[in-house]
Formats: sequence, structure tokens, C-alpha cells
Amino acid sequence: MAGPKYPGFDTLALHAGQSPDPATGSRAVPIYQTTSYVFRDTEHAASLFNMERAGHVYSRISNPTVAVLEERIAALEGGVGAIATASGQAALHLAIATLMDAGSHIVASASLYGGSHNLLAYTLKRFGIDTTFVAPRNLDDWKRAIRPNTRLLFGETLGNPGLDVLDIPALADMAHGAKVPLLVDATFTTPYLMKPFALGADLLYHSATKFLGGHGTAIGGVLVDSGRFDWEASGKFGTLTEAYAGFHNMDFEEESGTRAFLLRARREGLRDFGACMAPMTAFQILQGVETLHLRMPRHVESTRKVVQFLAAHAAVARVIYPELPEHPDHALAKKLLPLGAGAVFSFEVKGGRPAGKAFIESLRIFSHLANVGDAKSLVIHPATTTHYRMSDADLQKAGITAGTVRLSIGLEDAQDLIDDLDRALKVSQK
Amino acid sequence: MRLRVDGKAVFAYTANHELDAKKRSVVFIHGAGLDHSWFGLQSRYFGYHGWNVLALDLPGHGRSEGPPLPSIGAMADWVAGVLDAAEIGKAALVGHSMGTLVAVECAARHAGRVERIALIATAYPMKVAEAFLEAAKRNDYSAFDMHTIWGHAPQVPLGGNPNPGMWMYGDTQARLERLAPGVLHADLKASNDYALAGAVKCPALFILGRRDVMTPPRAARTLQEQIPSAQTVVIDFSGHSLMAEAPDATLDALIGFLR
Repeated sequence: MAGPKYPGFDTLALHAGQSPDPATGSRAVPIYQTTSYVFRDTEHAASLFNMERAGHVYSRISNPTVAVLEERIAALEGGVGAIATASGQAALHLAIATLMDAGSHIVASASLYGGSHNLLAYTLKRFGIDTTFVAPRNLDDWKRAIRPNTRLLFGETLGNPGLDVLDIPALADMAHGAKVPLLVDATFTTPYLMKPFALGADLLYHSATKFLGGHGTAIGGVLVDSGRFDWEASGKFGTLTEAYAGFHNMDFEEESGTRAFLLRARREGLRDFGACMAPMTAFQILQGVETLHLRMPRHVESTRKVVQFLAAHAAVARVIYPELPEHPDHALAKKLLPLGAGAVFSFEVKGGRPAGKAFIESLRIFSHLANVGDAKSLVIHPATTTHYRMSDADLQKAGITAGTVRLSIGLEDAQDLIDDLDRALKVSQK
Repeated sequence: MRLRVDGKAVFAYTANHELDAKKRSVVFIHGAGLDHSWFGLQSRYFGYHGWNVLALDLPGHGRSEGPPLPSIGAMADWVAGVLDAAEIGKAALVGHSMGTLVAVECAARHAGRVERIALIATAYPMKVAEAFLEAAKRNDYSAFDMHTIWGHAPQVPLGGNPNPGMWMYGDTQARLERLAPGVLHADLKASNDYALAGAVKCPALFILGRRDVMTPPRAARTLQEQIPSAQTVVIDFSGHSLMAEAPDATLDALIGFLR
């Protein structure tokens, strides 16, 4: 008998989660634009509500179009399942709210998207969840920050905007030694460039708004569980291993084992917080996912050309990209990101804030806006936009200066992008 | 529910209900390398519809203390021991894959304790591919790959999961990765070596998946001939993991048989 074979990434990106629609034969994923689903009879209704049968009840909890996206991303990541959310931020909040209560503690990388930093540093603190931020490269700092009430280690696969490469294998070992999971924001790498679960991470999420959607048309997030973390053995996660009065005293781990985290996240988190994804959004993001394996190599190829150009440019003080030998995580990037270190990177224009301002305002192809991972090339000045709420000290920890400019390289002709940058850099130095 | 059998800790999922001597009882027995939660939807249904449910973790699986038992006969005797520990006189047994052999053997050895048996995805003899056995013996990950891929219908990785948002392959892999070394091989060897010596007299139901690669419907024929009164339900489009691939059809078949 021939050995079994899994479908390849490209095949899963196009097919996982959907067989042709049984009602119509539709090959494309239908948009089930409905709030709710007719029960066959009262017995069927009761069985669905009590989780005795599989199916959909109400689109805040699950929806057939959204479920295709969830299953597809879970397949691409190698997880047990996924939950699509209203945004990447909603996915992060859902993960934390599912895992812990007031009095809990998180150890997080200091190099985070500004919105994530706000959630952890200010908002969750109001609800009794504290976070210690640590330099992502300093493993001793991570270890020292872990307390008895720590419930999560968290970082971005590629830090924002300094492109710190998270040492997932080392942090996963550390987290597991402390009997807590490692959660990573995998937005910048996508499942095409990195498989965090294969490296040891337990949970991950994406801002699907970025490369997964890829076209700047829809806001969404996806939270994925590897199913590998043993909540029962840890003994630290009562939300998953103790009777929950909010759902017939269900002990989620006892009920479903590997699916415990997602079961609680869906049955409590989506039910009560309600940050679900709309079916139209799921459809739009699925259109992007279906070409992820074609777009990401092109994003990376063009990024490499632009990085080489900027690194040699007289108006550029430094380029921050892990594939450059001078980047502190160069060796780690070669190990963890063999297909490329993504398409978002930073550089410093000589001349500080005025030069940076002149540079951004002189660009013609690059769009100045607060997003990354679009098919179109994007530019932003983090210190005054995405990270503007951070203190100077926190900015410094995250590797951001007044002259730092972040680029997201799109799918245009690479030489056109280089010409655009060259012209704007010349203007910036006048 | 936590019990002790032969001095070792045993876990049985009861759908959050106390056992009640006035109720009928149904015992769910999982397949190789898996655990009680493989019957999640179906066991929960019966627990909330007037039955005592014991969805077991076999020794060395899930929350039950190891080591795994070396033969189907030992597992059958162990199930009878669980009934003793739970003070249940007679029960219906629902088995999946290796668990079907345990149910059959238990019905043959302990006829007075078994009301009826439902066999989900079965074969007799349950010959395991040599490559699968060898990989499991070496604790090689390729054994998990074979379990995962052959354990589902070919269309599963390209189709939708009835359970929204879940990825069946990933779930199976995650469960197998939690096993202690040697457990999967012990289960596969026990299945491969099993020979039915006695006779099954109680009512029986076969629930088979038409697209089952691991135990295709034709592989159940010998056992069907040995239990001539048995009923058979074949579920289209489902592979070996009927409880996940066709949860409603599997549940409906069980309801019809056990009611």
C-alpha cells in the first residue's frame, strides 16, 4: 500500500473547508447572508443548543461561509480549528478572555502592534489583567517576568515595526516549562512563510485584514488553536477545566479534549462578547487566501529588491529587515523563515522627522495609510500613527525612532516601486 | 466520573449526569489511540435523553491510568470491570473501530452484562497494514499520518466539517500527539491479533461509512455473517471517523437502534 499523502498548501488554500454547495452545486463559496437557520423540529433545535448535534443556530456563533474560512486557515496552519472574528484585535481579546480571569498576568514582547500594546498595557489592566513587556530578544527577561499568576506568553512572529524575529522554539519551551501556552500574532508571516505550531507555539492569530485578505477590502481576524496544549495537565486554566455555570456546568476539557479552547471561545466568547465576522467579510478574505501561495513569493521577491536598493542609498541611515546580515535576528530568520522574512520592513531616512515627512509626502505609488499586507504598496510613519500612544521609553524598547518609516511592499512592478522611493528620497534630502 | 478498576484510575465521561439505577445504560468504547471525546456529540445526546452514559477512556488513553491493555480480550474484561465499578448490571455497548472488537468480545464473554452492541466502522479480522504497525512500533510520526489520512474519507481535507470551524485532520493529529509512546502500537497490535472465539447472541447494529478506507464496508462481512440478526446502516460520503464526518446520521442510527 502506498504511503498516505496530505494535500499540499496550494490545494488546501483553494479547497479546504468547502465542498461544492450541496443545495446549488456552487463551486465558489456561497455567501450565506443570514442571521439564523430554520430548525427541523423542536427536538432538533434543543439538540443544537445543547451541542448534541453539529450545525448552525445563529450567525454570531457560527455561519457556513465563515466556517469555510475558519476551517481553511486551520488547515493551512495545522491547527484543530479556528474562529474568525471581527478583527485581529478581536481575535487577541478572544484568546485572552478565554484563557484567564482578573488577577492573571501576561508576559508579552515589547515589540507589538500599537493596538495590541494598548489592549495589554491599558485596557486589560482596567479589568485586572496585568502585562509585563519584555525585549523580545532577551530570553532572560522573558523568564524573569514569569510569575505564579502568569497565564500566557505572547509575541509577534515578526515584531512591529523592528522586525524582531520571535524565537518561538525557545519561548515555547519556556512557556511549557511554566505550564502556560505561547500565543503568537502571525499576521506578518502568514502560514505561507511560517508554521508557528510546528515550531512549538500553542495558539496563534492573524489580522486577516492584512496578507490573508490581501486586497485591503475587509477587516477581520482569525484565532487558531493547535490543540496541543494540555489544559488539564497544566492545572492553571479553570476556564477550560472546571464546571462553567454559563453552559450547563460544562467542563470544556472533559467534554472535548483537544477542542476545549475553541469550544469555550465560541460558546462563551462569541456568544457574550459578540465580535464575530460577517459572512461577506469571510467571502472577501477567502478570495485572498485562494491566492496566498502566489502572492507571498511575489511580495517577498519585490521586498528583497527594494531592501537591497534602500540599503545602498545615500539618504538612508539604516534598513531594518531580518534578511540583512546586520539585523540582530539574521541567523534566527534564516532558520525560522527560510521562504522569506515577509514584506513589511522599516528604514530610517537621514534628516529625522522633517526628512521623513518630506519623503512620505513625495511618494506617488506608495499609499500613506494605516495598514500593511495589501496588494498595493503602503507607507507609514509609526511614531506619529500606529504607535503614537506609546511613551518615548516604550518606543525605544520597540526600536522606533522619529525617523523610522515602515513600508509594506505590494505587488506592483518592483522597479516602479524603487523609482518612486528614489525620487522621494531625493526630495527628502533637499 | 472517576472509577478504579484493577487498582488503576479510570475516567468515564457521563455527560455531567449522576448515574441513576432506574435508567438504561450505554457505554462508548473508542478506537485505537483516541479517547472518550471522540464520541462527543453522540454521548452527550444520550446523557441528556434519559440514559446513563459512560464514555470511556481505555487504560493509557485520555484521563485513564496506563499502561494500555495488550489484547481485545483484556479490554473486554476491563469493560466488564468498569460496569462492576459503576454498579451497572447491564449496558448497551457502542464501539468505534478497535472499540467494536472490544464490544463484540465483551458481548461474547459477558453475555449477561451486554444488552446490545452498536459497531461503528468495523472489520473482522481487523488486519492492520504492516507499514502502519511498524511505524507505530517505532513511535514514528508517519503512524499518526496514516491514522489521520486513512481514518477519514478521501474528500475530508477538501470538504467542509459538519462541526463549524474545525479541521478534522488537525484534531486527529493533536489527539495522537498526546499519546504516550507505545500506546498506538499496543492498540493496533491488539486489533490485528484479535480472533473471536465465542458467539454474539445480543442484538447488533453495524454503522459503516461507504468511503471508509481503513475498514471499508466489505471488511465487515465476516462479522456480519457471524451475527446474522444484525442490522446494518451504511452512511454515504463518510469515511472511518463517522462520529465526526457524519455526526447526525450516526446519531440517528444509534437512536433508532437503542431506543
